Amino acid sequence: MRAQFVLSEIGVGLRRNLTMTFAVIISVALSLTLFGGSLLMRDQVSSMKGYWYDKVQVSIFLCNKADAESDSHCAKGAVTQEQKTQIKKDLEALPIVEKVYYESADQAYQRYKEQFKDSPLISSITPDQMQESYRVKLRDPEKYQVIDTAFSGRPGVQSVEDQRNVLENLFNLLSGMNYAALGVMALMLVVALLLIVNTVRVSAFSRRREIGIMRLVGASGFYIQAPFIAEAAIAGLIGASVSVVLIVGAKYLLIDGWLAARIPVVNFIGWDAVIVKLPLVLAIGLLMPGLAALFALRKYLKV
Amino acid sequence: MIRFDNVSKVYPKQNRPALRDVSLEIEKGEFVFLVGSSGSGKSTFLRLILREERATHGQVHVLGKDLARLSNWKVPHMRRQLGTVFQDFRLLPNKTVAENVAFAQEVIGKSRGEIRKSVPQVLELVGLGGKEDRMPGELSGGEQQRVAIARAFVNRPKLLIADEPTGNLDPQTSVGIMKLLDRINRTGTTVVMATHDQNIVDQMRKRVIELEKGRLVRDQARGVYGYQH
Repeated sequence: MRAQFVLSEIGVGLRRNLTMTFAVIISVALSLTLFGGSLLMRDQVSSMKGYWYDKVQVSIFLCNKADAESDSHCAKGAVTQEQKTQIKKDLEALPIVEKVYYESADQAYQRYKEQFKDSPLISSITPDQMQESYRVKLRDPEKYQVIDTAFSGRPGVQSVEDQRNVLENLFNLLSGMNYAALGVMALMLVVALLLIVNTVRVSAFSRRREIGIMRLVGASGFYIQAPFIAEAAIAGLIGASVSVVLIVGAKYLLIDGWLAARIPVVNFIGWDAVIVKLPLVLAIGLLMPGLAALFALRKYLKV
Repeated sequence: MIRFDNVSKVYPKQNRPALRDVSLEIEKGEFVFLVGSSGSGKSTFLRLILREERATHGQVHVLGKDLARLSNWKVPHMRRQLGTVFQDFRLLPNKTVAENVAFAQEVIGKSRGEIRKSVPQVLELVGLGGKEDRMPGELSGGEQQRVAIARAFVNRPKLLIADEPTGNLDPQTSVGIMKLLDRINRTGTTVVMATHDQNIVDQMRKRVIELEKGRLVRDQARGVYGYQH
């Protein structure tokens, strides 16, 4: 089979169906961009989970003077030194506790100032409004309940909080968004495949004369179908390339150039995670339209 | 070369068979006219040989192969040993004469060197030397049919199927086409030609097979047309 002959047939076909080809390219590009984006989103969520779950702690907030008036748990007044020592001793006696840090009201104030340095709230807060706390790192973060039952309601303890709850909600939101993106992607992909099937059929119909003659002189089925399949695959590959450009552009401009500077606490995915996805996107962009074309031709071009 | 054993063909959703219990044999090197009125089964007969259709009953052997047992992917290889010519020429209007002939070789993967050698040769043979670069639309009907014959013959088929090749041509041009087909037949190629052209059949005095309502009603060596309009 002569490559040049096949290539010229493909070129003719792509040009003849220019508008349809564009539609295929755009829909493939969009669906694959969503696909790549959601893969990266999943990576992002799982790396954030690993990073944050490693750092999460159970916080035991202790009563301060202000709480003594406003919070029913602290009705007996601010926490005393004996209570603090007792809590620390009890915590360290628990086998599930890996480490206990103490954070003073001043330290809490410094950290608060650091985190909200751009916020106008900062001027309304004073160090004595901050609470002292114990930050407890557990060997198994799932065992939060043990700490909660042991220390909630103790004199001097205002509340026990599991930071994982806060993160869990965030991660649920992120993976919910991810599923939505996957759903949209699936729909886009169906649209893209239907477009391809339609494009190939139109293309085959407009060349039925050539096809008839090819069959007459004994061209093999593969030889007759190859230009159509290659056409679809090339359009798909162009679409996939566009989506690669979009994904790389999003990583470069959106994540590196914008988000990373504004949300320094989040460890964003690196280029390595992006680059491993690209061959997958290209392969899908090449194979799916090719298979769709093959399917479209099955009925159309019997020998 | 071709053998039909009790062949019947019933198209789906049709009661009357297009061919009914046809048995015959065509030997290598023969020239055979296939005659009969419209709807007599001539086209079905040819389509069975080309394996565009399969027989409902009976067996069709072409070039020593039982077509019922020939798997789909082998059909193209079988067709490469067949040449086909039609009433409506079936040329590609956007390709030159030489490209139309070369097309038949390109799609079966012949090398460029081979094509460059064989195309002018076969165009010379059909009497179109010097018209390689003309477009089909610029040629007369007879010349277009010569291009089609060149395309059918360029791969040197063992069997040439012609479905009313002179149906669109005036008598004088038809004679030229018949002379060409006769010359091809003399190179050893078997020719099966369906026709309505009484003069041609009567002049050539070749074997005549007549179909009527799907039945074989006459098989005569050195026959005449015989069919009354």
